[in-house]
Amino acid sequence: MQPSAVPATAQSGSLPGGPDESESLLRRIFTGNGIVTILAVLLALILGGLLIAMTDKVVASTAGYLFARPGDFFAAVWSAATSSYVALFQGAIFNPRGTGVAGQFAPLMETLTIATPLITAGLGVALAFRAGLFNIGAQGQIIMAGILASWVGFALHLPIGLHLLLVLVAGVIGGAVWGGIVGVLKARTGAHEVIVTIMFNYIALYFLRYLLDTKLFQRPGETTPISPILDPSAVYPLLFGSQYRLHLGFLLAIAATVFVSWLLNRSTIGFEFRAVGANPKAALTAGINVPRATVLVMTIAGGLAGLAGVAQVAGTEKVLTDGVAATYGFDAITVALLGRSSPWGTFAAGLLFGAFRAGAVQMQIQTGTPIDIVLVVQSLIVLFIAAPPLVRAIFGLNPRKKQAATAGKTKQAVTTGGAA
Amino acid sequence: MSTTATSPVPGPGKSGQGKSGQATPQPDTNHKPAQSGKPVTWKLPVTLAVLAVVAFIFFGLLGPQGSAKFGVSSGGDFFQLPAIEVPAFLSGIVLSVILLVLAGYALALKANRNRRPPRWLPAVFTVIFVVAFLIWVVGGARTPSISLAGLIAGSVTLAVPIVFGSLSGVLCERAGVVNIAIEGQLLGGAFTAALVASLTHNPYAGLLAAAVAGALVSMVLALFSIKYVVNQIIVGVVLNVLVSGLTGFLFSTVMQSDKAKYNSPGRLPIIDIPVLSGIPVIGPILFKQSVVGYLMYVAVIVIWIGLFKTKWGLRVRAVGEHPQAADTLGIKVNATRFWNVTLGGAVAGIGGSFFTLVAIDSFTKEISGGRGFIALAAMILGRWNPIGAFFAALLFGFADNLQSIVTIIGTPVPSQFMAMLPYVVTVFAVAGLVGRSRPPAADGIPYVKG
Repeated sequence: MQPSAVPATAQSGSLPGGPDESESLLRRIFTGNGIVTILAVLLALILGGLLIAMTDKVVASTAGYLFARPGDFFAAVWSAATSSYVALFQGAIFNPRGTGVAGQFAPLMETLTIATPLITAGLGVALAFRAGLFNIGAQGQIIMAGILASWVGFALHLPIGLHLLLVLVAGVIGGAVWGGIVGVLKARTGAHEVIVTIMFNYIALYFLRYLLDTKLFQRPGETTPISPILDPSAVYPLLFGSQYRLHLGFLLAIAATVFVSWLLNRSTIGFEFRAVGANPKAALTAGINVPRATVLVMTIAGGLAGLAGVAQVAGTEKVLTDGVAATYGFDAITVALLGRSSPWGTFAAGLLFGAFRAGAVQMQIQTGTPIDIVLVVQSLIVLFIAAPPLVRAIFGLNPRKKQAATAGKTKQAVTTGGAA
Repeated sequence: MSTTATSPVPGPGKSGQGKSGQATPQPDTNHKPAQSGKPVTWKLPVTLAVLAVVAFIFFGLLGPQGSAKFGVSSGGDFFQLPAIEVPAFLSGIVLSVILLVLAGYALALKANRNRRPPRWLPAVFTVIFVVAFLIWVVGGARTPSISLAGLIAGSVTLAVPIVFGSLSGVLCERAGVVNIAIEGQLLGGAFTAALVASLTHNPYAGLLAAAVAGALVSMVLALFSIKYVVNQIIVGVVLNVLVSGLTGFLFSTVMQSDKAKYNSPGRLPIIDIPVLSGIPVIGPILFKQSVVGYLMYVAVIVIWIGLFKTKWGLRVRAVGEHPQAADTLGIKVNATRFWNVTLGGAVAGIGGSFFTLVAIDSFTKEISGGRGFIALAAMILGRWNPIGAFFAALLFGFADNLQSIVTIIGTPVPSQFMAMLPYVVTVFAVAGLVGRSRPPAADGIPYVKG
């Protein structure tokens, strides 16, 4: 439970606050990490494909005469896996059978819509990572933001513009406070943020369930736990008309990415965050107020997750239910890990996982492959990315193996050194 | 920048690195140093005092006027005890006054002699607080009567998977590997138990397979965290997602396709030990359990003895506290960690089989429902000790059970707040408000030779 051990390995490869941010995208792709990322995604997709094929009925029947006609078996495996992935792609990016250009690009719009909360919540997790903190609590922060934002949205009736602004502010404050408390507990008492955030997720969830059971939040005349619909003045405007669900929240997600990028790389506070993340003892010696940085980073992280909560209630759902956070808070962790905790990496990872989510719905309808396969692929990607030597070994990239081993050694030295 | 030195944060060095409650003597600028060198803080006495005042106001002064009735015997007991009926208001006052006295004693000890309260005090305080709370809840209910025997038996039943999960946590973390994947181990165990028991028509085979499945999940944790030195919390978090996805996927594809063949495991029989099981209250919880229930008691005792009374346990704890020293003495640090994590997974897997072989006789998605995280909480509250974790898990099982009973008998306390209780208590525990919870020193730090 030593948080000082977190940052060096948390970002698995890229050193915290390293110069990779300023490097060009192209150069990063051709460094080892870029290749490992691509191979990890590939490997996870292959394993997911095998899992799909394993449970496929045609594959099972051809396996019966595998030795008589092995061609049938492998063809069945190939078609089972690829048909699912083709459906996934059509549901996520581009559907050639859609009506008109608008229909063909509808999947892409859906991907961006789902990516919106993933990106902002992922940024919250990534920012905390950079300061050496493990923010498992995006789920709870989204919920608290959803509670406050939706209440402002349906209980208050304000003029257009002001109303939405208040919804936004309320949501961000909700998330920021819920994250900030964790920071305060950590700074004041040393309570480990992983444990506290996990517990806070559940506390927020039960609090939400309680509220949806009260007159204050439950829709009049409803027996199910659901809030009234938010006022039209309190919801995000749609970006491309009513045919898509894509809303203003996506632009705010881009803005949030720019903000976090600036915060980490250009501001004094961001420098302090990274210094604390790299080595809290050295940061303390250098005169950085570590407790203050801890509270501040958790507050901002919570605020970012809160933005995801606002995107849910004021953008996609327009009501508050106990499923407001879905699994966005947990997915945000994998998004941040895949993005290697850099702002734009998180943005890209959020888009990728958003595509998986959007495509999986279509895949389930078309091929009957359950949506859960996305969870498997997603978690495998992160596992592989976290262990570059494993990926290199699997793909037989032997020359890199030695380098990886030495790189691993130095990384471990950093880890144990920071903790000792 | 210099605010660190002047800010009234207790132990600035400690809070900076977040070493929760490290025992290293820190110069504490706020309080006089204690005789033992460890700082005696106001936290515990003040927390107790606040709780006692809350109890006095709510359970005492604002307590219900009626009486609360507790059934002690159940129908099957071989001798019957009369139900206990207590006046709610009077007992609320009496119990909360006792709480106030206890808290006052703790405060006086701190103020006059700068000593921490004796070890029995928080335990006694907790028990009396729970009793007062129970009387308050039942007394204020629409039907002020519950079966105490049923309440306790139900609590133990609900606690079974939590106990196994927390034991898994203890085994891993005592060896220095953080185990956030308890939820995944429970879920993996539950799924495999259902699948194998259905295929073999033998629930005992399912039980065994659950242990193997839990161990496999754990081996992934061990492989990635020990061999590839990936951050243990990351692996744990990701493993939970992976197991949830895998079991959900296979449930939808395999189990749903032929429910009779793949998802009807049958239940483990309840083994009733004659005569002994007829003892009121403790009979059903000790002598009327499934194999999993009996295994729970065995596991708690065996792991406690193993960790604290054997050579093996000493080595494990050495690896978790100071791996360098252990290595110097010739203990294979990473091998010890690997096998301990694997063993922990097997234990949690058995706990997972409880869901599909004892509680319900089929698997559904996310059947473990976050109990792995409650188990994590129980482990912390139990201070990384099997017996402590057992009682913490019982407390959480009690809260879980009371939550459903509260909904049935109709009380002023919303059931959601009962459900929240374990998590709130854990936050207080890690924040050091209720005693010190100190993890093994090398918990979460990978060990690399050299």
